[in-house]
Amino acid sequence: MSDVAERVKKIVVEHLGVEEDKVVENASFIDDLGADSLDTVELVMAFEEEFGIEIPDDAAENIQTFGDAVKFIKEAS
Amino acid sequence: MFDLTGKNALITGASGGIGADIARSLHAQGATVGLSGTRTEPLEALKAELGERAHVLPCNLSDMDAVEALPKQAIEAMGSVDILVNNAGITRDNLFMRMSDDEWNSVINVNLTATFKLCKGVMRGMMKSRWGRIVNISSVVGATGNPGQANYAASKAGMVGMSKSLAYEVASRGITVNAIAPGFITTAMTEKLTDDQKTGIMSQIPAARMGEPAEIAAAVVYLASAEAAYVTGTTLHVNGGMAML
Repeated sequence: MSDVAERVKKIVVEHLGVEEDKVVENASFIDDLGADSLDTVELVMAFEEEFGIEIPDDAAENIQTFGDAVKFIKEAS
Repeated sequence: MFDLTGKNALITGASGGIGADIARSLHAQGATVGLSGTRTEPLEALKAELGERAHVLPCNLSDMDAVEALPKQAIEAMGSVDILVNNAGITRDNLFMRMSDDEWNSVINVNLTATFKLCKGVMRGMMKSRWGRIVNISSVVGATGNPGQANYAASKAGMVGMSKSLAYEVASRGITVNAIAPGFITTAMTEKLTDDQKTGIMSQIPAARMGEPAEIAAAVVYLASAEAAYVTGTTLHVNGGMAML
């Protein structure tokens, strides 16, 4: 697993309090990992800080799964 | 009780009567205050009066770029914004049938849209620290209406609906959002009323007097305090009984 994926996973595990092995490519933050809509906003905030990037609101809406997040961040950073 | 030591508060309209007293009261409870307003002179005078723990942050709330910059400037000056008091407000009264788009838009922009943007601007920091207090200064006329003030009443009622919606969204993060609805308070804004208007108003106030800015400031201190953690989405009416809502 890439460094980006590891760092994203760490944030997700810490923020949502889920087991590491639940955070897989297609895991949906809301449907599979128990996030509410505000959690997804906070995750995006945490990604922005961790990677020093800006994630615009329309892009943030499309980040639904762990895989989406890793893909977006790899392209943006 | 109501100790605010270590908290940083941003107050808009701090050059006005109510805003200045809000700043004084929060400061007296130990908070660091960011004094915002359009006129720099009274803000500097207030800062000089308060001494330490006071910062002047001039901002014209009708300039939306300046509004967006204000939370960042406040965070730069104080380190964070833990308490936001949206107190600034303008009136441009006219009979509804004569009210121009400009009169409508300018009041909605300053009173409601700037409030929205400032809340948004401080929310990230509050969410991260799992603590925040937003106090929006509405008005009794937002609940009762007032002839000649369709724009102002709409903006003030809008603040209440916005506060409640935001309160829902962020309650689980330790952030409260409340409104205070002052009745008639002795300020420059109510000075503009005619004597006839004042007599008419007085007859409707059971307390038989206008309120003082310090009486609004005391309500702000309460809602900003740790003790008020379980109070959110409410509107505290401070009006001498003129509208018992």
